Amino acid sequence: MKSGLSVNLAPSSLQIKRKKQWSKLIPYLFVSPWIIGFVVFTLGPLLFSFVISFFDWPIVGEKKFIGFSNYITMFTDDPLFWHSLWVTVKFALFFVPLNIILALLLAILLHQKVKGSSLFRTFFYVPSVISGVALAMIWGSVFDGEYGILNYLLSLIGIDGPDWLNSMNWALVAMVIASLWGQGTMMLIFLAGLKNIPLDLYEAAEIDGAGKIYQFFKITVPLLSPTILFNLIMTIIGAFQTLTLALVLTGGGPLQSTYFYAMYVYENAFKYFKMGYSSANAWIMFLIVLALTMLVFKSSSMWVYYENEVKSEK
Amino acid sequence: MKGKKRLQKSFVYGLLIALSLLFLLPFFWMVMTSLKGPEELSQFPPKLFPSKWHFENFSKAWNSQPFNLFLVNSLIVTALTTIGQIISSTLVAYGFARFKFKGRDFLFIILLATMMIPWDVTMIPQYMEFNLFGWINTLKALIVPSWFGSAFYIFLLRQFIMSIPKELDEAARIDGANVFQIYYKIYLPLVWPVIVLIAVFNILGSWNDYLGPLIFLNDQSKYTLTLGLAQFKGVHDVDTNGIMAVTFLISIVPLILFFLAQKKIVEGVQTTGLK
Repeated sequence: MKSGLSVNLAPSSLQIKRKKQWSKLIPYLFVSPWIIGFVVFTLGPLLFSFVISFFDWPIVGEKKFIGFSNYITMFTDDPLFWHSLWVTVKFALFFVPLNIILALLLAILLHQKVKGSSLFRTFFYVPSVISGVALAMIWGSVFDGEYGILNYLLSLIGIDGPDWLNSMNWALVAMVIASLWGQGTMMLIFLAGLKNIPLDLYEAAEIDGAGKIYQFFKITVPLLSPTILFNLIMTIIGAFQTLTLALVLTGGGPLQSTYFYAMYVYENAFKYFKMGYSSANAWIMFLIVLALTMLVFKSSSMWVYYENEVKSEK
Repeated sequence: MKGKKRLQKSFVYGLLIALSLLFLLPFFWMVMTSLKGPEELSQFPPKLFPSKWHFENFSKAWNSQPFNLFLVNSLIVTALTTIGQIISSTLVAYGFARFKFKGRDFLFIILLATMMIPWDVTMIPQYMEFNLFGWINTLKALIVPSWFGSAFYIFLLRQFIMSIPKELDEAARIDGANVFQIYYKIYLPLVWPVIVLIAVFNILGSWNDYLGPLIFLNDQSKYTLTLGLAQFKGVHDVDTNGIMAVTFLISIVPLILFFLAQKKIVEGVQTTGLK
């Protein structure tokens, strides 16, 4: 009503100009919460973290510019850096492929036309909705060397289970198992990918007499490869950020056998308060994750199949 | 041929059931352990079911630490972050989806790129920044940032808004509505399904968060439930009954939410994962 009235009053050219300027500002007004948040909570901290990675920066006391010393120390004079990196790589080498295989297997099983598949889907996904702390607590009890359910079940089939969380060799394996329990998101994404594969492809293959395994490798895997790529990247990033599980379940032990890189960063910052040094640690992690992601992306042309690509080749 | 099909089906069923049992086993073990008596913890072979059901374990464990206080803190953080995310993310998404302005595409690419930054890089300077603001050891450190939108939610909402035909706001504009009225009278009701999805994701994320509270909160009076549980384990390390009881209690909220919104969550994860 009001605006209709002002139109009747024949606005002066100045008013129109003002209105135009104002309407130019409106979009920025809408996105301004994010812009402010980005500057204050992301960009600012990012730049600051980069700057102090060249400083000796204790949380209290004198700050000193030391050039590349933090980075040099890390690579040449800090065995814990290499150790935590190695622990993380070992974890990722097991966890990343197993996670993808398990999620894909579950998705394929759910994709078969079976009754009650949504119930099974619930069972496989539900561990993913609880807190990482709760997950760690539950597995702490399951893995208990003497009285845990896992070793009891193993004993039923004649296996003498290890003292999982107190064993140098098995604690990391235990972490892989506990992490696999939370694969739900990946499974759902695979399931969506499977639903996008046209059924007539399988029917045609069936008529040609192709077996299930042949169909899997010649139809499912190629058509699912973009999804596999996506999940691969997400799992690698996730593996490098594993922290809660280690903090709560093992505290990095025994004898630092589960001392992940993320824990190394965390402890340098919040246990030893070496803010400059830990910022340098964090930047190295960022670069590693970035490099791995790029690598996966670059190599993807060799194994990821995109439908339109083939069409354009024809 | 038919026999072969049936064999395949039962193989699939067998595998599904076996894997389901494996996936549910830890939950089962958690519930049973939380109900056992302390003397049953060190029994070999362990019993699957408690000989006597100790329901008092729950109240005993809950009251041995100020978990009521932690619950209030968790509720405050979860509620305020969720409200903040919904208000800010919808505003920003509307801005990105419905206006043309200088630098829009560039800003949006930056927004997407921020999703790739590991929190480990920003958590240290954030801690120092919040220290400067006086937010350390207050719930503000967990709440305030969520009032500035989250890249993932903004992205989700923007994609959805883009799919709404533009003719709708043309009509409203002719009727004399301004952009803000169009935003909350037309778009907010339309994007409601996505708002619900964001609310569910955020409630889960905020309720379950451990690292944020761990880094930003020091005093026990400020703890959230996850932090309280971790501390409980530190103090009562051998009280596995109690640990499992509290674990079960604090998992109830995400579990109920999951069962209520299961369809939504599944669809949400699937469409967003692929986009």
